[in-house]
Amino acid sequence: MSQIRSTEIGTGLFALLGFAALFFLVTQITSRGFSWHDQSYHLTARFSNVGGLKVGAPVSMAGVTIGRVESIDFDSTDYKAVAHLKVEQRYKKIPDDSDVAIYTAGLLGGQYVGFTAGGSETYFKEGDQIEMTQSAIVLENLISKYLFDKAGQGPAKPAEGAAK
Amino acid sequence: MTGPATAAPSPGAADAVVSLEGVSYAVGGRSIFDRLDIGIERGKVTAIMGPSGTGKTTLLRLITGQIRADAGRIQVDGTDVGTLDNDGLYRLRRGMGMLFQNGALLTDLDVYENVAFPLREHTNLPESLVARIVLMKLHAVGLRGAARLLPGELSGGMARRVALARAIVMDPKLLIYDEPFAGLDPIALGVVLRLIRDTNDALGITSIVVSHDVHEISALADRAYLLSGGRVVAAGTPAQLNADASPIVRQFMGGLPDGPVAFQYPAPDYAAQLLGAEVPR
Amino acid sequence: MSLAAEVLGNGRALLGKAGSFTLFTLRMLRVTPRALLRPSLVIAQVFNTGALSLVIIMLSGLFVGMVLALQGYDLLQRFGSTESLGTATGLAILKELGPVVTALLFAGRAGTSLTSEIGLMAATDQLAAMEMMAVDPIRRVCAPRFIGGFISMPLLAAIFGMIGIFGAQLVGVTLMGVDSGQFWSQMRGAVALKDVTEGILKSIVFGFACSAIAVYEGYHAVPTAEGVGRATTRTVVTSSVAVLVIDYMLTAVLL
Repeated sequence: MSQIRSTEIGTGLFALLGFAALFFLVTQITSRGFSWHDQSYHLTARFSNVGGLKVGAPVSMAGVTIGRVESIDFDSTDYKAVAHLKVEQRYKKIPDDSDVAIYTAGLLGGQYVGFTAGGSETYFKEGDQIEMTQSAIVLENLISKYLFDKAGQGPAKPAEGAAK
Repeated sequence: MTGPATAAPSPGAADAVVSLEGVSYAVGGRSIFDRLDIGIERGKVTAIMGPSGTGKTTLLRLITGQIRADAGRIQVDGTDVGTLDNDGLYRLRRGMGMLFQNGALLTDLDVYENVAFPLREHTNLPESLVARIVLMKLHAVGLRGAARLLPGELSGGMARRVALARAIVMDPKLLIYDEPFAGLDPIALGVVLRLIRDTNDALGITSIVVSHDVHEISALADRAYLLSGGRVVAAGTPAQLNADASPIVRQFMGGLPDGPVAFQYPAPDYAAQLLGAEVPR
Repeated sequence: MSLAAEVLGNGRALLGKAGSFTLFTLRMLRVTPRALLRPSLVIAQVFNTGALSLVIIMLSGLFVGMVLALQGYDLLQRFGSTESLGTATGLAILKELGPVVTALLFAGRAGTSLTSEIGLMAATDQLAAMEMMAVDPIRRVCAPRFIGGFISMPLLAAIFGMIGIFGAQLVGVTLMGVDSGQFWSQMRGAVALKDVTEGILKSIVFGFACSAIAVYEGYHAVPTAEGVGRATTRTVVTSSVAVLVIDYMLTAVLL
């Protein structure tokens, strides 16, 4: 009988450890785990281009993550991307004239939404739309713009080289 | 227990619990049994004897429905084994007990749990009742004190006695022993012999013993069949078999090295092979 | 005996084996509900396949995580993005190495023990004795072992994953000096719930395959000492190949 009991205890410990590990992986490693104090409010922001922004990307203010991108839609009436942001309730005092932009973390990192605080005395509340947005910087556009500028400045230089 | 069992005497042959009529069986084109007729009488100890390789174990597998005959009819207690489906076979086997050569005890269970195994699988008896039945059966084989030993700690004779206790725990009507005497010392042999006889008589069941140990069978069996070459070559009481004059019976009962069952395995001519100095191919 | 005939013969043998395996698995699944009525048998097998594999799984997980961090650090350093180490090791362990290495170790530790146990029961007439006692050995012996293995595998994979990530953190943060905050936040930022569920799903499929193969090989082992030994070897080989093939197919579908 004592042997059976030790088997059961061992199995119980094993199962406990296994489920604890599962729980750890689901809640601690992923970006969208369950949260006990899941109290947050929702904001929308319209961008002409969201670039590589992904669902689940962080929403930050002054470098602190205050929420997540919940979903990204496309509005076919004005051809803009609509990002739904979820911001934690404890960061509720964000001036309603703050503007948002899509930034890139490092040269190769993922993209995130960053707030820059405004000066208003009133704050964003549930369901508000952020008026001032700045789209993602698309690297290709930047490069081509730079190249065209160069081309406009001095068309003679490359031609000279080519002739030689 | 024997009272109502004899209420319906079958016509012709004596009251047979197991009867084989014209049973043939072949494996891969090689005939093992050829129109075999055997009747096992109720309440008696019947021995099936024969040289190694005559398919004695195959016969047991036919009777218990583990394999099916190619032709003929096998009846156990009036039921045609060949027509039963899997559930029917399992139902039939609940009325049988079988003792395997080495006991075949479940190695991860102790003696007590091994004997309790059929009860736990087939019944929902309360633990106190299970304990009483198990201890009774273990006492009958003299191993009540060994209840908490594991099969690995038992000697060959003890393992067979535990297996016997397990085989009778469901109170079967038919008990089948496959080579119960193989590899036992004389004392254990005597114990097993007495147990088979006592179990048969005390519980009023029918026993089939498959063996090739002539002396033990002579002392034990009420009736014996001698199989050879897929047929019954002799049947009767052990005394009748001992007195039989046919060469194969004489060879088997007397333990003669040469006879109808040849000493030499079939081979090319001895002198020719030696003189030619051929390497056997 | 031309090569073509031999190939044809092997192909037929393989098909026959696949068929017999499928039939056996279906037979086992059919008695699974009845086997679940005896939870104590299943618990004993969860212990046998899971708890007894714990040490080897944890040790392997730790070292796999550690070596992954070492290699990952060296690679990421060349691109100057060592802060992504958490992401790299986390994804590699959760999606790929956790389920696969766990399944391979499971085949070697638990699978062989299942096969040899059932094979020895067949060799010593225990299965035949059960049949004679009107007890279906597939329900009493095979099904609980199969269910036990099936339950154990995802839990083992999760434990492997957790320990592996800690191992990676140990080397990456403690030894190589990656910022602890960067390590964890980058991992959390990049690993989605889908990545975790993908790994768990894989380990569930592997658990099914490895347990079924081990039980099948044991039940169909030639009932001699040699036959059981051969069956045990076949369990490891077949399970390992099956795990790697299934892994590719699942990855292709889930990615």
